[in-house]
Amino acid sequence: MNSTSVANEANYLKYRGKYKGLLGWIFSTDHKRIGLLYLYSMATMFSVGLLLGLAMKLELLAPGKTIMEAQTYNATFTVHGVIMIFMVVVPGLPAVFGNFLLPIMIGAKDVAFPKLNLLSWWFYVAGVFLVLSAILFGPGTPDTGWTFYAPYSFKTGTNLLPAIFGAFILGFSSILTGLNFLVTIHRLRCPGLKWTKLPLFVWTLYGTAWIQLLATPVVGITLVLVALERIFGVGVFDPALGGDPILYQHLFWIYSHPAVYIMILPAMGAISEIIPTFAQKHIFGYKAIIASTMAIAFVGYLVWGHHMFTAGMSGTAQYYFSLLTFLVAIPSAIKVFNWISTMYKGSINVQTPFLWAASFIFVFMIGGLSGLVLGALAANIYVHDTAFVVAHFHYIVFGGTGFAFFAAIHYWFPKIFGRMYDKTWANTGWLLFFIGFVTLYSPMFYLGMMGMPRRYYDYLQEFHGGNILSTIGSWVLVTGFVIVIVNLVRSVRKGPKAEMNPWHGKTLEWTVPSPPPLENFDEIPVIEENDGPYNY
Amino acid sequence: MYSSEITQASNFVKGVDTSFLIILGISFFFLIFLTVLMLVFIYKYNRKRNPKATQIEGSTKLEVLWTVIPFLLTMLMFYFGWAGYKPMLKAPDDAMEVTVYGRMWNFMFEYENGKRTDTLFLPKDKPVKLNLVAMDVLHSLYIPAFRVKQDMVPGKENNFMWFEPQKKGTYELFCAEYCGLQHSYMYSYVKVMEDSSFQSWMVDTTQVVAENIESPTATGRRIMQNIGCFACHTVDGSKLVGPSFKGIWGEEVTVTTGGEKRQVLVDEEYIRRSIFDPNADIVDGFNKGLMLSYEGQLSEEDVENIIEYLKTLH
Repeated sequence: MNSTSVANEANYLKYRGKYKGLLGWIFSTDHKRIGLLYLYSMATMFSVGLLLGLAMKLELLAPGKTIMEAQTYNATFTVHGVIMIFMVVVPGLPAVFGNFLLPIMIGAKDVAFPKLNLLSWWFYVAGVFLVLSAILFGPGTPDTGWTFYAPYSFKTGTNLLPAIFGAFILGFSSILTGLNFLVTIHRLRCPGLKWTKLPLFVWTLYGTAWIQLLATPVVGITLVLVALERIFGVGVFDPALGGDPILYQHLFWIYSHPAVYIMILPAMGAISEIIPTFAQKHIFGYKAIIASTMAIAFVGYLVWGHHMFTAGMSGTAQYYFSLLTFLVAIPSAIKVFNWISTMYKGSINVQTPFLWAASFIFVFMIGGLSGLVLGALAANIYVHDTAFVVAHFHYIVFGGTGFAFFAAIHYWFPKIFGRMYDKTWANTGWLLFFIGFVTLYSPMFYLGMMGMPRRYYDYLQEFHGGNILSTIGSWVLVTGFVIVIVNLVRSVRKGPKAEMNPWHGKTLEWTVPSPPPLENFDEIPVIEENDGPYNY
Repeated sequence: MYSSEITQASNFVKGVDTSFLIILGISFFFLIFLTVLMLVFIYKYNRKRNPKATQIEGSTKLEVLWTVIPFLLTMLMFYFGWAGYKPMLKAPDDAMEVTVYGRMWNFMFEYENGKRTDTLFLPKDKPVKLNLVAMDVLHSLYIPAFRVKQDMVPGKENNFMWFEPQKKGTYELFCAEYCGLQHSYMYSYVKVMEDSSFQSWMVDTTQVVAENIESPTATGRRIMQNIGCFACHTVDGSKLVGPSFKGIWGEEVTVTTGGEKRQVLVDEEYIRRSIFDPNADIVDGFNKGLMLSYEGQLSEEDVENIIEYLKTLH
């Protein structure tokens, strides 16, 4: 595993192939460059989504009109949801860190199908442009919410079809990435790298890839049905044509619930890498974490109905969905216990990535535990479709996936760019982000318990206090976010040069130079019997 | 919220709150316990105090323990969720029935004797079954104080919710399922009265809501309020989803009829057509398909009263 003397003449950032400049990036089949293409595209979309979220919170600062009309507000939360879900958190960690790290972590030169990998990114960009043009051009910005529930969505957004077609293409990007990762993990592991020696991040990518491959096609099926209805007038979803609006909800959530696990599993994987490194200790319960990953990936298919407890399903269906929802909570709990146990008797170096990871555990616990309230039938009836749900899924999707993403970027930044960021600013940014996050979303639990429904442009006076606090939180969060981003962007060029292994990690990416050479390894590494991703 | 003033406002409060509080209690215990444990570890095993880590790869005993305990706890939570929910599925046979019509963006309540209101009046301590009818898109009837919520699905038959109000008072009633522009204004109130006062209110056909009826214009205005006209049409000239009613009587407006533009006089015939066939003539600057016909919901007398009221809006 000695690869410090590298014969690869240039690192992947400097390498000049057939094309120069921008073309050298957008036509590159190098998995590392593709990972960064995703990073830059997603960072752009995330910033747009964040600004829309900020505008919504500002509108809710006071009852009545604050900065925008109801129509604008409804369009804002729709576009915020569409961007954040389909363009940021679903591709999320696999697209950025999976692409960059998966081949290196398993000792390969690239993914199994590099050209297909580039095609995935192109599909992503095409999907983004299609959805955005459906939003920007046409009779009006969609105002249906990101769920596009029938029949309202059939009555309003005339641009529904291009928007769903865009989501379909984004879905293809996801399917191809999943397929690529599956084959890569099965076929390209370096000699000696048994399944039981794979880093946990790779294991979560593996579980995620199966969901991407099997659940995403449902979006395609739904699109065909919507097209049949819109173009040929076949009544599938619209009750005016004899269709069933609840069928639409089923199809939507059969994909969109497993999609939640596409979002969160790789985040859990990143946390499972970061905590052992900063504790310099073997991960606690390696096999238990793998088993829980696969359990989540499997049971996650079967719980979509818990989004529909008030929609009018049969009692029996309700009971099964509630029961399975509680079952899927257990593997997540197992992971939390193992992460915290990993810290026990470790030698903890509290650096920026660790701060993000530890705060991830905290916000993820709140998100997960509030999910138990929503999984219980009686309690769900009370708080479903209220601000409580909004708080819950932001704690999971933004708190979980978002915090893990920031943990990951601070952890792998020196490897990706070969530079180190300013740690004081990084920690300051984290602190403000964390405080802002908790202040922004916690009051929403309370508002939901008071009975404030979600997707509300205006509200009664009694909900005012909680909303003020929440809006203030959004300002603190954005301040933290700006500090984090400015620090990182500045450090890409101006940060001090990073060592090969600044955190003393044990996985293979830390055995190659920072930034890695074009083909990652001079010689394919061989894993010995005593090597392991967590053998400190 | 769990404030004492509305506890036991309905028969479901106990079941829902029990499941909620049990889960909340267990959750808070684990959240605080695990967070404190994590902070203690981060402090105690900080590199400054503990420069060398002790390698521990895991413990089967612990893994089994922290699989079995969460399993038992979640099954307990499932049970309480199920127990609180199950009685909601079947309404008692003797329940008083009220039909609720939801449309963009108001509720209308119709009682067994044909009486209609925009506020839900109910007798205390009597089971009531609400038959839910959605006229256009999805809505969801939500009464937080009673801990009940059920989506209103267009085209769905036998869609209902039931409960028994157990405390006198006025409670909020919201639409919880996003339904478009005025979603956040689609709310009303539930007024729970003693059975005797409810019965006298119910048979009193001269008094539909608290307002007195003096003239056809007041009646017209009240009818329009009840069926929700003002969610989309103003009387002060400002533009919402539909045209304002201010000063339209006797004026000419430009409309599109079957793809062709024409001028039309706002008279009785035009207003009748606008109520019962709203998409026949579309006023310039507004969209088709947003308003549904009120066919079968308004009597001839109702329409005459509405017209009388519109005449007064100058």
